[in-house]
Amino acid sequence: MSSSHPTHSRPLLEVRQISKQFPGVKALSRVSLTLHHVEVLAVIGENGAGKSTLMKILAGVQTPDSGTLLINGEEASLSNVADALNSGIALIHQELNLSDNLDIAANIFLGREPNHWGIINRRQTYLESEKFLKRVGLNLPPQTLVGNLTVGQQQMVEIAKALSINARILIMDEPTSSLSLHESEALFSVIRELKTQGVSVIYISHRLGEVNELADRVVVLRDGENAGELDHDSISHDRMVQLMVGRNVSQFFPYTPHEPGEVVLEVKNLRTPDNPTHPITFTLRKNEIVGISGLVGAGRTELMQVLFGIDAPRGGAIFVNGKEIHIHSPQDAIKAGLALVPEDRKLQGLILEMAVRENMSLASLSRDRRHLGMINFAQERKTSNEMIAAMNIKTPNDRQIVQFLSGGNQQKVVLGKWMALNPSVLLLDEPTRGVDVGAKEEIYHLMNELASRGMAILFVSSDLEEIRGISDRVLVMHEGQLTGELSREEMSEEAIMQLATGQIRAPVPS
Amino acid sequence: MKKILGILILLIVVCLVTAVSNKNFFSAYNIQNVTRLTSLFGIISIGVAFVIISGGIDLSIGSVICLIGSLLPFLLAKGVSVPAALLLVGAISIAIGLFHGLLITKLKLQPFIVTLCGLLIYRGIARGITEDQTQGFGTAHAGLRYLATGKIDVPFIEGFKLPVPFLIMIGLAVVAAFFLNKTIFGRYLKAIGNNETAARYSGIKTDRTVIMAYVICSFLSGVGGVLFALDINSVQPEGIGNFYELYAIAAAVLGGCSIRGGEGSILGVVIGAALMRVLRNSITMLGIPSQLEFAIIGAVILVGVISDELVKRYAQKRRAILQARQTSG
Repeated sequence: MSSSHPTHSRPLLEVRQISKQFPGVKALSRVSLTLHHVEVLAVIGENGAGKSTLMKILAGVQTPDSGTLLINGEEASLSNVADALNSGIALIHQELNLSDNLDIAANIFLGREPNHWGIINRRQTYLESEKFLKRVGLNLPPQTLVGNLTVGQQQMVEIAKALSINARILIMDEPTSSLSLHESEALFSVIRELKTQGVSVIYISHRLGEVNELADRVVVLRDGENAGELDHDSISHDRMVQLMVGRNVSQFFPYTPHEPGEVVLEVKNLRTPDNPTHPITFTLRKNEIVGISGLVGAGRTELMQVLFGIDAPRGGAIFVNGKEIHIHSPQDAIKAGLALVPEDRKLQGLILEMAVRENMSLASLSRDRRHLGMINFAQERKTSNEMIAAMNIKTPNDRQIVQFLSGGNQQKVVLGKWMALNPSVLLLDEPTRGVDVGAKEEIYHLMNELASRGMAILFVSSDLEEIRGISDRVLVMHEGQLTGELSREEMSEEAIMQLATGQIRAPVPS
Repeated sequence: MKKILGILILLIVVCLVTAVSNKNFFSAYNIQNVTRLTSLFGIISIGVAFVIISGGIDLSIGSVICLIGSLLPFLLAKGVSVPAALLLVGAISIAIGLFHGLLITKLKLQPFIVTLCGLLIYRGIARGITEDQTQGFGTAHAGLRYLATGKIDVPFIEGFKLPVPFLIMIGLAVVAAFFLNKTIFGRYLKAIGNNETAARYSGIKTDRTVIMAYVICSFLSGVGGVLFALDINSVQPEGIGNFYELYAIAAAVLGGCSIRGGEGSILGVVIGAALMRVLRNSITMLGIPSQLEFAIIGAVILVGVISDELVKRYAQKRRAILQARQTSG
């Protein structure tokens, strides 16, 4: 707890009124935060709140447009990563930056190998490495190849590497997003241990449960601004969510219970090419919103891609409205009444260089065509303008190039493309990733409304709040396996995480 | 439109500069000549534009011209009837495009490699079949040769006659522009050229569309091959069509086709082809040593592409600034 270290009067790190602008977006607007000696400070916020930009500035990857940074009360300028490292700040990325083909010691000392006339002193790297591995509780010989380690162990190597350069501030970006529950626990105890060794940690996470468990203090960002701060005693799940979204949770997630209708989509023993040993079986009903939860790499996106005909299944059957359908391509899926809002909006969802109108009509162009394959331009204009109005897309007009819209409005264009076809099953893969809070709320309202009008909605999300906020049911996956299903009453963060990390296996309904 | 304007101005400037120093440039004979050649090159440039817009490339055009241009007189000399010979060479050129398209979409081979092999193969076949003998129509088939060498009187303009290939090119250009701008095929082609993955995720039959682009390209190369053969009447299989794919690609790029795919206009491509021909013509007219021809054409294209890129960057920067003002204000 910060208050338990009164000996240090000056904060270790102080960020004052930092702003950063990107073309078209204000990423940070006069953001401030303070990190005390020996504390774990959690920085939380929705996607696009500015957390990553702030962390990149602290790690010297980006430079701020205005504002000051103070380290131990002295002004510091971090214009590159080396500056940050020299100031004792190390960033541990969400995607680890280790070389699989080198051993642990070589990774720890990469670029700083102790050498004599260019010849690496291996014995010394091994001896030194052992010291740091001990501090992170990794009981492995430093000669082990990094490629043979689990993700959790690789993370420990990253931390050891940071310690080896004498980092006093560790920034961890979503460190548990691909860890099992056991590995997460191990990470937490290492973080607590580091604190006793005088290291402070800035911890970024989506998982409010672990923030609650670990953090001494919480700083909340929303849409690039400070949204509030919580001291250790006032940290609570509800308070954090409220600060993150700017209002009461119940208002933010527009959940109205839906009376599930008949089964629209039935998946029987479906085996995806990535996880062919785990057949997946579930049903989706009319008027229903079903979430799919799981860790990064649990096979959720792969499932969506097989359902939409991007990848071919290895076996099993898909029924739509009681009739078995064979999906070999997205065209087949669309014909059967399916639509997919894909995970990567810019790569899979949009033609960035084309206008709003042209993106919006891409899926319905063929249906609306005239003789000789001519485009029905009048219909195209009508559809796009209707969708812009219905979804409240902020664009000067429908000839605007999509690339110049904000993330939220871009996502609405992808949604609009499918709404024009009026599908019976809507598949969404991380529908609110990189979307501002306002647009997020609108997307939730839209999903809720579509479900009450009879659409069946299946959506993948890594955001537990979102899953819990708008789903009628949740399916949880772990390493390619459907590990369980939870009703709205059962879906606590703990219950979902247990299934997502493979701790227990609930009976899967047939 | 803005893109076309730039190259149109360049074309006019080159014409005027040449005309000022050599009044023969605007003589009816020279204009007719340049127009005829522009038309022939315009046809193959329109073809490659479809492939470039889809995000691909076709290096085999010159060799397809060689194969078709050698086969037509070869077949006619063997006593095959004119309609049968035309049908056969048309079918061969379409089959070549289909072959390219299938290898590129189904086997996922690189367009560059597939059509580079095509470049070697088709010329080799043509030279093998003809045993490298010069092919021609002699004095026969005057009706057929009218397609390439014929001229039509233009009302109200004394002394100037419109070459028939020009009318053929205009006809093909109108059809091509219709396909590109008014049909779902054209829209799909642009979408695929910009982002094939997103196009596929939108339910577009991407393979079929890409194959179609290669078929159009090879078919128009075949049309070009027929017209070039009829035009010169003495087809040397080892020489005809050499480098023509590069002229076609250069014309398409000058005309506003991005080599990254996704954009381009038929009118721009035709103007690009005209610029290529006028440049060659100007080099002769201005008395520049013909050895420098390639260097000058290359330099002009490079300057055109560089200035286009700079203008684009400037526009993007302005746009970003304006947008920043809008969001903050």
